[in-house]
Amino acid sequence: MGEIFATITNTSPQLSWNVFEDIAALFHYEFMVHAFEAGTTVAVAAGAIGYFVVLRSSSFAAHALSHIGFAGATGAVVLGLNPIFGLLAFTLGSGIAIGGLGNRLRGRDVTIGIVLAWTLGLGVLFISLYTGYATEAYALLFGEILGISSADVVVTIVAGVVTVVALLAIYRPLLFASVDEDLAAAKGVPVTPLSIAFMAILAVAVTEAVQVVGVLLIFALIVTPAAIAVRFTSRPSIAILTGIVLALLFTWLGLAIAYYSPHPVSFFITSLAFFTYVGVRISEPLRSRVGRRFAIAQAAG
Amino acid sequence: MIKTEPAIKARDLAASYGGHAVWRHADFSIEPGSFTAILGPNGGGKSTLIRMILGLLPPSHGQLQVLGERPHRGNPLIGYIPQRSTFDPELSIRGRDFVNLGVDGHRWGVRLPGRAAAGAAAASIRSVGAESYADRPIGRLSGGEQQRLLLAQALVGNPQLLLMDEPLSQLDVRNQSVIVQLIGDLKRARELTVLLIAHDVNPLLPHIDHVVYVAHGNLAMGTPEEIITSESLSRIYSTPVEVLKDSRGRVFVVGLEEEVSHPHG
Repeated sequence: MGEIFATITNTSPQLSWNVFEDIAALFHYEFMVHAFEAGTTVAVAAGAIGYFVVLRSSSFAAHALSHIGFAGATGAVVLGLNPIFGLLAFTLGSGIAIGGLGNRLRGRDVTIGIVLAWTLGLGVLFISLYTGYATEAYALLFGEILGISSADVVVTIVAGVVTVVALLAIYRPLLFASVDEDLAAAKGVPVTPLSIAFMAILAVAVTEAVQVVGVLLIFALIVTPAAIAVRFTSRPSIAILTGIVLALLFTWLGLAIAYYSPHPVSFFITSLAFFTYVGVRISEPLRSRVGRRFAIAQAAG
Repeated sequence: MIKTEPAIKARDLAASYGGHAVWRHADFSIEPGSFTAILGPNGGGKSTLIRMILGLLPPSHGQLQVLGERPHRGNPLIGYIPQRSTFDPELSIRGRDFVNLGVDGHRWGVRLPGRAAAGAAAASIRSVGAESYADRPIGRLSGGEQQRLLLAQALVGNPQLLLMDEPLSQLDVRNQSVIVQLIGDLKRARELTVLLIAHDVNPLLPHIDHVVYVAHGNLAMGTPEEIITSESLSRIYSTPVEVLKDSRGRVFVVGLEEEVSHPHG
């Protein structure tokens, strides 16, 4: 699989003038089909949970989970296991710990930062213990979706379904606790177990997303689409759907562009996310000015 | 039958937080349909009393009855507005969605379309006069507008008891009296029992029946005329305090700056 990838990136396929043919060509190779399958699953899960990450201001926790997961993944490689299981074990463990500490961790950015720096260091040690470490480390840090195996696709789809179903199951009380924890607690919402459940679901979503964009670029799929969505709508269900659609667009377009270029997929996905966000922020004063003029015109007329 | 029973009844009640006694020996009863202001210095245990009524904090001693039952979390007969500064301006959620959470936010799963929740939320929003801005992001609204939506959320299940933790603290003087008037009107229309924590009793004076004063580990209850006097407050604080009245009947407590700026646990 790695060899196929190498030959393809060395001589990128050429774009023709026939758009349909170009799109059909994307699915010519099995590795691209796998990439689209995994990418689509991850985009749906990441886009959905991203809304709550933004609403709960826990993007740093998401970031920390992925870094801690790096140690788990590399540790698994050393032990000869599939890195995805090490990743999942470490993100789940730390997610449950962060969720259980809840409010006590608020404003503890320094503590979390110290822990995640150490776990990254631990990951470097594990990587060095494993011969042929460079490609493995690179894949974990920056994503390697073009090299995903059919077994990993199955794991990703299962994890994606688990993420979405679990989110749907706790949707209302999670939204309540995210908007006003005191009020939700008074209304009988079990806020601490819910916070643990949320972080556990986030851990699964992070584990999936690492396969596409890697540990270091996790923000692009989990945080950016939702951060853009909440600037467009204040209706939770619509914001979640918008986040999912944006994550899908970034992933699909990123894959398509990367197929026809010699540069890595992660670069295109993160760039699409970044420039969309920048574009939305820049156009905001413009849009609100137009909106205000419209309102004044209506009031006057 | 229920009407003749007190809405809240405390007997030798005590509260402690992290092993430290907050207040003790509290005996009071609050009659249904009354409006009570909870006053006292910061850190004196006013919110502790509200949390205990909500069932979020068990009494460390004594007995507490709320609407004829022992306090328990998630009591649908209680509407609650927690203490908060204001909503985060970046909070991108409509006022209407927030009120909806008061209807069924504690239930698992997603809201199925076509349920009665939307109707109940709309009626509650109408009853506080918040229709015109209920579809805007709640973080972008003014303090008074946010407070009306918080009220709509608290009233959505037709509660009998309304608990509010400093609902006036972020409002200017004019908005304070508007919101207090609204609370008074809603109380009469819905026969609510209202408990409200406040810093300044003046906007409340035309409406309240009782005052609960929480200070120095003690809890004293009476009418405003009984409690807000130089003698009674001096006894509660165990330091000389003077209550002055201006020509319009507003009261000013003098000699408490120390207490307010150095809160007691």
